Amino acid sequence: MSEPILEMRGISKEFTGVKALSNVNFKVDQGEIHCLVGENGAGKSTLMKVLSGVYPHGEYSGDIYFDGQVQQFNKISDSVDRGIVIIYQELALFPDLSIYENIFIGNELQRKGVLDWNEAVVRSKELLNKVNLHINPETLIKEIGVGKQQLVEIAKALSKKVKLLILDEPTAALNDKDSENLLNLLRELKKQGITSIMISHKLNEVISIADKATVLRDGQTICTLNAAKGEVTEAAIIKNMVGREIEDIYPKRNHQVSPDRLLELKNWTAYDPKLGRNIAEDVNIHVNYGEIVGIAGLMGAGRTELALSIFGNSKKYKISGDLLVDGNQIQFKHTSDAIKSGIAYVTEDRKGDGLFLLQDIKNNISISNLKNLSDYGVVNDNEEIKTAEEYRKSLGIKTPSIEQKVGNLSGGNQQKVSIGKWLFVGPKLLILDEPTRGIDVGAKLEIYTVMNKLIESGMSIIMISSELGEVLGMSDRVYVMAKGEIKGELSSEEATQEKIMGLATL
Amino acid sequence: MNLFKEAKGLLKHNIRDYGMYIALLVIMLIFTILTDGLFMSSRNISNLIDSSGYIAVLAVGVMLVIVIRHIDLSIGFLAGFLGAIAAILLVQYDLPVFLVIPIILVLGMFAGSITGFLVAKVGIPAFVATLAGWLIYRGALLQATEKSGTINVDNDTFNAIGNGYIPSIAEVGGLHLLSLLIGAVFILYYIYSTVKNRNNKIRYNFDVVSKPLFIIQLVLVSALIGYITWILAGYNGFSWTMIIILIVLIVYHFITTKTVLGRHIYAVGSNPEAAHLSGINVSKITFIVFGSMGMLSALSGILFTSRLQSATTTAGTLFELDAIAAAFVGGVSAAGGVGKVTGAVIGAVVMATLVNGMNLLGVGIASQYMIRGGVLALAVIFDVMTRKQRA
Repeated sequence: MSEPILEMRGISKEFTGVKALSNVNFKVDQGEIHCLVGENGAGKSTLMKVLSGVYPHGEYSGDIYFDGQVQQFNKISDSVDRGIVIIYQELALFPDLSIYENIFIGNELQRKGVLDWNEAVVRSKELLNKVNLHINPETLIKEIGVGKQQLVEIAKALSKKVKLLILDEPTAALNDKDSENLLNLLRELKKQGITSIMISHKLNEVISIADKATVLRDGQTICTLNAAKGEVTEAAIIKNMVGREIEDIYPKRNHQVSPDRLLELKNWTAYDPKLGRNIAEDVNIHVNYGEIVGIAGLMGAGRTELALSIFGNSKKYKISGDLLVDGNQIQFKHTSDAIKSGIAYVTEDRKGDGLFLLQDIKNNISISNLKNLSDYGVVNDNEEIKTAEEYRKSLGIKTPSIEQKVGNLSGGNQQKVSIGKWLFVGPKLLILDEPTRGIDVGAKLEIYTVMNKLIESGMSIIMISSELGEVLGMSDRVYVMAKGEIKGELSSEEATQEKIMGLATL
Repeated sequence: MNLFKEAKGLLKHNIRDYGMYIALLVIMLIFTILTDGLFMSSRNISNLIDSSGYIAVLAVGVMLVIVIRHIDLSIGFLAGFLGAIAAILLVQYDLPVFLVIPIILVLGMFAGSITGFLVAKVGIPAFVATLAGWLIYRGALLQATEKSGTINVDNDTFNAIGNGYIPSIAEVGGLHLLSLLIGAVFILYYIYSTVKNRNNKIRYNFDVVSKPLFIIQLVLVSALIGYITWILAGYNGFSWTMIIILIVLIVYHFITTKTVLGRHIYAVGSNPEAAHLSGINVSKITFIVFGSMGMLSALSGILFTSRLQSATTTAGTLFELDAIAAAFVGGVSAAGGVGKVTGAVIGAVVMATLVNGMNLLGVGIASQYMIRGGVLALAVIFDVMTRKQRA
C-alpha cells in the first residue's frame, strides 16, 4: 500500500517577482487520504494548480511523477486523462443544466456523433449511487443544495475514471451534516482504491480523516505528519502552520484607547438570499474611539461579508440585530448613509470594486466627497487639485503627477489612493479589508504608519486581515471569525498565532 | 526641431482624440477635391450641419447611456412619435410653439424615466427594455399618424427651427453680422478658457505643451472656427439648428466635465461596484441618464419634424442606429466609462459628412451604406488598437 502514486519534486513557481512556491516536495501514497494544510497564501492552491496543469509545464520548475512516470501537463485535460481530477471550492457546475448533463459535460456520450442522453441518464444513476446520492439525475443543479452539488462534482470525477481526487476546501460551504457525509464518502472511495488530496482549513476534519497531512508555509513544505504514528494532532499542525518568526516591522504608537464606544453590533445576523445561508450569525462586537480592532480568520470566514453588511448593506442581505453608532441605533439603507455616519470601507479588491482605474488619482481621491469641492454642483478644479496634492504628499503616493491614471500605479500606491479617498471624507471609523494584500514590505510599513497616525488623531480602525503577523502587530484587540461567527475575542496581550489559528479553524 | 518632436509625441499620446478631427479634415478635403470645391461651399456646409442636427443630439444622449454601460434602442421611434405629437399639438390643437416645445421635452424626459425605471429599479437589461420601447413607440407613431397620414406643419416659427437662420442684424461686405459676432465671441472664449486652463496647470506643475506648440494649437483652432463662421456668414448665417446643437454641446460638455453629476456618471460607467461603495446612488444616475436621453430624443423629434415641416409615419426609422454609430465613431467605449460629448457630436458630423459628400458625388445608396459601415468598423478598430498600445 505504500507505493507513492504521486511525487512532486522541487516544485518552484513565481508570479512576477513573488515566489509562490519554492522547492516544494510533496509525496502521496497509493490509496491514502492526504490533507494539505497551511495559512492563506501558503501555496496550497498554487501547488494543486501546478499538479492539474492549470499552470502548464514550463511555467514552473521541478518534476511531477504520477503512476511511476514523469508527467508534463500542458493543459487541464492532460491531467484529467491521467486520472487526476480537481474539485474547486467554487463549484464548476452549470446551475441551469440537469445533473446528468453536468456529469457528462465535456465528456459527452456519443453514438455515431449523436449525443446519447439515455445512456447518460443510466450511467449517471449508477454514479450517483456510488456517491450515495439517491435523486433523479434529471434534476437541475440549482434545485439541489450545495452539499449535494458537491457530491455531483465527485460523481462527475468518478465518471472520468479518477485515480487521484483533489478537493479544495470541500466543506467550506457545507453544514456539519453535509460535511460528515462527504468525509464518509471519501473514506468509502478510499476503500475502492481512490487516493484523495484534501485542502482544508478545518483542523478537526483533518484530524479525523487524514492518513497523512502535509503542512505548507510561505511556499515551502514544512513537514508531513503521519496519522499512523500519531503525529496528526491539532497542536502539531498549528505549530507548523504558523511557525514563522514575526519580524518586528510594526511601528509603535502612543495613544490611549478611549472608553467611549464608537460602533457596536448586537446579535447581528445577516442572511444572504443568494447563498441561502447566514453569512454572519449572532455577531456581537464593538469598536472604541482610538482603537484598532483586528478581525482575523481564514478565507471564507465571512469577514468581508460582515463588513459589507455594516457598510450600507450593499449586497442586500436580510439583517436582524442592532447597529449602534455613538450609542444610537441606526439603519443604513445605502452606502451613502454609512458614509454620512462617519464609516468608510476600503475594499479588499482594490482593482475590482475599489478604484476607477481609467481615471486619474485626483478624480479617485475626490469621488466620495465632491460635495465639499463644489458650489451648486459645479466642481471647483483648483480646490480639487489642492486636495489631491495634499493627500499625495501626506500619504507619500509615488507618482509623477496626480493626473496619472490609477491603473498605472503599483499596488501599494493604489492602496494609498484608496485610503486617501476615504480620509478626505473624514470618517470616524475606517474599515480596512486586507489593507496590505499584494503590497511589498516597504509600502506595508508606510500604510501601518498612516494607520497609527489616524489612530493618534482619534479615529478608529477595523482591520480585516488574513496575515497573522499584521493582526498581532497592529491590533489593540482581535476578534476571530469562522463560519460567519465570532469564535473568540483576544486582547493584544493574550493574542498569539496559535490561539488565533486555533479559533479560526474551529 | 524640438517642436516637431513634441507635436509628434503629443499626437501619439492623444491619437484617439486628434485622430477623429484629422479624419474629419481628411474626409472633407477629399470631398472638396473630388467635387471641385462644391463640398466646401457655404450652402452645402450649412445644409450639412442642418441635416446632422437631429442625429447629433441623439448621439450626445446615447453616448452617456453607453458610458454607463447601457444602450437605448427606443430613441429613434421615440423621436418620431414625439415629433408627431408636436405636429398634432400645433396643427390640431393650435397650441403656440413656445408651449409645445416644453411639453414635448417634458414628455420625452418622462418617457426616458420609464426606461430608467425599468433598467435601474426593475433590473431589466437595457437592450430588452428599450427594444420593447422601440416596438411600442413605433406603434404609437403609426397610431398618431393613422388618421391623416403625414401631418403637415404650417407654423412658420416651428419650421424655422429646422430650416431658418438667425437674423443677420446688418450685413458687412455681404456677410451676416450677428453670425460673425457669435463666431468671434466663440473664438475669444476658446482662447480665454484654454489660456486660463494652461496657466492653472502650470501653477500646479502639471505637464503642459510648450508655448510655441500651444500657440500653434490656438491659432489653428481659432482659424478653423473663423473659417466655418466666414463660410456660413456668407450664405444665410448660422441656422437655428446649429445654434441648438451648440447649446446642447456646451451644456452637456459643461455637465460632463465640470459638475459633480458628470463625475458620478463617469464613475458609475468605469466601475459600478466601486461607485456604489463610494456612496454614489447608481440607480439615480441611471435614471438621470435615461431621462436626459428621453429629453434629447424629444429635441431630435422636434428638429426632424421641423426640418421636414411635417410628421411622417416613418419618422425616426433607424435614427437610433445612426446615433449609436456616431457615438462609437466619436470614441465612446463599449466597456463603459469613456466618451466625450465633443466626440459624439464630431462623430455625428463625420457620418453626416460622408452621406453629404457621397450624395454630391452621386455614389449609389448601396455603396454608401457599405462605406459608412466600413468607417464605423475602422473607427472602432482604431480605438481598440490605440487602447491596447497604451495598456
